[in-house]
Amino acid sequence: MDQRRITLDVNGSTFTETVATRTTLADFLRHQLRLTGTHLGCEHGVCGACTVLLDGRSARSCLMLAVQADGHQITTVEGLEASDGTLHPLQQAFADHHGLQCGFCTPGMLTTLIELLRDNPDPSESDVRIAISGNLCRCTGYQSIVTATLDAAKRMRMGQTV
Amino acid sequence: MLASLENNRLLAGGQSLMPMLNMRYAMPDHIIDLNRVEGLASILITGSEVVIGAMTRQRDIEFSAEIQSGCPIMTEAIRHVGHRQTRNRGTIGGSLCHLDPSAELVTLCALLDATVTAVGPDGQRDIPFAQFPIGYMTSALQPNECLTRISIPLWPPTHGYGFVEFARRHGDFAIVSAAALLELDASSTILRASVALGGVGYAPRRMTEIETGILGQKAGSELWAEAAKACSKIEALDDVHASSSYRRRLAVAMARRALQAAGDRALANLQRH
Repeated sequence: MDQRRITLDVNGSTFTETVATRTTLADFLRHQLRLTGTHLGCEHGVCGACTVLLDGRSARSCLMLAVQADGHQITTVEGLEASDGTLHPLQQAFADHHGLQCGFCTPGMLTTLIELLRDNPDPSESDVRIAISGNLCRCTGYQSIVTATLDAAKRMRMGQTV
Repeated sequence: MLASLENNRLLAGGQSLMPMLNMRYAMPDHIIDLNRVEGLASILITGSEVVIGAMTRQRDIEFSAEIQSGCPIMTEAIRHVGHRQTRNRGTIGGSLCHLDPSAELVTLCALLDATVTAVGPDGQRDIPFAQFPIGYMTSALQPNECLTRISIPLWPPTHGYGFVEFARRHGDFAIVSAAALLELDASSTILRASVALGGVGYAPRRMTEIETGILGQKAGSELWAEAAKACSKIEALDDVHASSSYRRRLAVAMARRALQAAGDRALANLQRH
């Protein structure tokens, strides 16, 4: 099988790995780096569960090859909390407002919304709903996710960080 | 490389090709990744046109101040292209080469009389966008050619624009979309019009019947409603998403709304200037 050696930054750590060229970034993160927080739902770019940040921009990790991430910086859901385990304000708000039930969509919701809150610290409810329009959740009906996000935005505007 | 590797595919943003690979709809022996090729991503505005590199991300077009001021319909339409996560990766060139019948950027290139530039072993050639789609999801590119840039002539700053589409959910493929550009004179007489429909056939359909029919007339709601009726006579796709008769009805409504938005904006621009 055709293989390549890649070096990339994942959640602040540098990894150098040999990977099959056909492997998606999502499979690489889950199977090779054992970062199973990134979830795979549909594997064709519709459900949004596998969303990660690529150089700070949200992207579907099922729609990228691992070799394409060579030299880039990836943030997964595991990279959101502080090193002492303190949750990111967005994660804390999700916990406080029941922004998740089964938790399958949560990693994609969080990474997508981190990007939104960075670009737009004071989003409207409509902004939040548009931002997560590419993320499917079958438990919450989205309402509690939107509530949690608006509250997290407020906490972050008041200076809370990770 | 394109010429030397059998059964190859060029990989741009990967937001269409990667799902096709994951589902084994496409099974190429070689993937040539364009993401590390330099010089293919840029937005350049000259006096009369905007030139967009084929690997320019849809997100960079969405947030480009130059596009917003020179070609605002593109800013409006691109928000309908998938979702933020897919626009972060997806490129304009990838969208044009994939040539989905309902793709917003494909419809816009038809509306705006874009010219695409391709490079191959025999050098470079320009293809007027009207000749670019040659079949269902099939472009005029040769197997050994690569799209490099898209040139779009700009309309005068006073023009009005409108882009509307009907999709079952936000971010879904449009069942029918309509785009309109209008240029009026000080007495609100129509000097120039461009109207295109997406999703009705294998390629976007320019509604030349409307474009020529409304020239010289006064802008207004009644005219838009009357002109849009031409869309009830077009040939339209018939598939699981919608029948051809339903698409025709949608086309009439979408064209009317696009013309209305374009007309309103053109009138507002004239008052401002």
